[in-house]
Parts: sequence; structure tokens; C-alpha cells
Amino acid sequence: MNDILLMCFEFFKTGLFSIGGGLATVPFLFDMSKNHPNWFSSSELADMIAVSESTPGPIGVNMATFAGFKIAGIGGAILATLSLVLPAFTIIFIISKFLSKYSDSKYVTAVFSGLRPAVAGLIATAAYSVFQISVFTDTLSSFKDILPNLQIGNFIIFAVILIALQFKKLKKLHPIIFIFIAAALGVAFKL
Amino acid sequence: MSDIFSLFVTFFKVGLFTFGGGYAMLPIIEHEIVNKKGWITSEELLQYFSLSQCTPGVIAVNTATFVGTKKHGFLGAVATTLGVVTPSIIIISIFASVLKRLDDLPAIAHAFAGIRPAVAALIVVSCIKIFKSSVKSPSQILVCILSFVLVAVFKLSPIIVVIIASVYGLLFFRKSGAKQ
Repeated sequence: MNDILLMCFEFFKTGLFSIGGGLATVPFLFDMSKNHPNWFSSSELADMIAVSESTPGPIGVNMATFAGFKIAGIGGAILATLSLVLPAFTIIFIISKFLSKYSDSKYVTAVFSGLRPAVAGLIATAAYSVFQISVFTDTLSSFKDILPNLQIGNFIIFAVILIALQFKKLKKLHPIIFIFIAAALGVAFKL
Repeated sequence: MSDIFSLFVTFFKVGLFTFGGGYAMLPIIEHEIVNKKGWITSEELLQYFSLSQCTPGVIAVNTATFVGTKKHGFLGAVATTLGVVTPSIIIISIFASVLKRLDDLPAIAHAFAGIRPAVAALIVVSCIKIFKSSVKSPSQILVCILSFVLVAVFKLSPIIVVIIASVYGLLFFRKSGAKQ
């Protein structure tokens, strides 16, 4: 029971501090996997991102549902999702009474001028975590670990997709397409 | 009561047809709520959408909460918010329990080993997109780099970074905004 309460509290915090949508919840979930290793591992988290991007529904909600399911089954999925949306629900219910004041406020604008670049940095940490998990066999502790632990096949998939996504036409394709191609390559080359 | 139910069903559809969230759901909401139901105008939707980006949490859910509040107060907000998250809860729970059963299949392990680097690449790309749209001055570049270093190298909690960056923005950019 205590574990469930703790989980709700963790997802409430995630909902309160993850700002900017999309992958904004991911750095908080990595933090959660570090603090509660028995809930889910960081490589399970990478798999959850893939599933969340390939299934209907907002990514943040999918991530919370998936993580909650890992922790405590279907009940966990429901509670994690409700805890995630509760802070925003409360805030929106309050600010909807004076909407225009909120959006024109120079204080709100100022906060977000500092916050948005930080969110970009936080999402970069998520990219860095998934990169480490996916391309190296072991966690890196120093520079000399890089080459012996590098998994060439995985690194090639990373590089090819990153380069492909620099082309305008390919950028417009849905991420699910790249995820399926990568899955097929993983099976074909037994990565 | 039927009003509340119809709010729930409409946002259930939005949740079901949104792939990836954020901007992806804007045309779907516009079609369902503005064109079909006429509940709000396009201008209101855009206002809710930009407010949702400046509110904590998931953008799609926040937009749903705004529309529900506007249409039917507290109960409306509950209906739209639950509506938009219910498809995820159903679909992801099915997916997660199927995956759990297939866990021992080597093919699944290989597939995910291939998928993970692809996910890393996709996150890098969306990170670059956010960087380009939100980082415009040298001090913002510094904020971005510091946030990365504090969390990735010094293992600071992202919550602390969010709080520091908000306070910094409030103190620093309010002044620079006043100068312009």
C-alpha cells in the first residue's frame, strides 16, 4: 500500500514539473528509475518510449500508464495516470477564471524564457541516457571504456536514423516507421 | 448529463486518434470540437493550446481540461480529462501485458535492441527542435547546457533544475523584457 502511495506521489511530482509536453516527462521517469530501481529499469524505460511513440495517445500519458502498469498492474496504470494529470487539472481549473491575465502576464513570459531552454537541456539528458543504454554493453565510467563496449550494429542504426531525419521529406514520416524498420533490423541481425 | 457524456466520448476519440501527442492532436481537436460540435472557436482553441504549453503536464490533456472547464465547469473538466486518457490506459495496459508474456522470445529482445538506438535518434531530433524554438540568446544557451550538465553529470534531480530555471527566468528575463 505504501509503495502505491509513493508511486502516486512520484507521478504527481512528474506531472507538476514536466513542462512542454511530448517527451518532457521522460527525464523525470529516468530520475524515478534511478531512485526506485525495483519499479522499472532505465532500459525498460527506453522500451516504453518506443511503445508510447508507436501507440495512440499522448506520449506523456502513455509513459505514465506503462510505468504504472510495470509497478502495479492495471490498478497501477490507472493511478499513475490520474496522479500525473492531477496537478495540471487543478492549475487549469484555477487559471481558467482569469485566462487572458495569465497568458499576457510578463511574469509568466519571463519564467518560460528561463524554463524552455532548461527543458531542452533535460530532454538532451534523456537522449543521452537512451543513447548509452542502446549503444553500449555496459555503463561507461571512463573514456577508455567507450570502444570495447561499443555495439557497432546498434550504433549504425542510431547514426543512420539520425542522418535520415535531417532530410525534410523523411522528417515528415511518422516515428512509428523508423521504429518498425529498426525492429526489423534488430531481428534480422540478431542485435 | 448527456452533455457530460458527449464531452467524454469526444475526447475519448481525440485520445484514440492522437499519435505522439502535442501538435499532432491539434487538427483532430479542431475537426471534432470546432468544426463538428462548434463548442469553441478556432481562436479559443489556439489560445487553450498555447496556454497548455505554459502549464505543467501533458499538452493534449491540458487542452482537454481547458475545453471541458469552458463547456461545463468542474464536471466538464473531469469528463474531458478522463476521456482523453482512457484510450491510453486501455491500449497500453493490453500492450504491456502482451509484452510481458512475450518477454522470453529472443525475437522480441532483438527487436527492442534494434529499436532502442532508433528511439535515441528520435529523442535527439526532437531535442534539436525544442532547442531551436526556445533558445535564442547566449544566456539561454548557458541555461540549456547547465541543465544538461547538472542532471547528466552531477545527477541533480530534474525538479531542482526546473525550479532554478524558473526563478532565473523570473529574475533575469523580466528585466530584459522591460528594457525592450
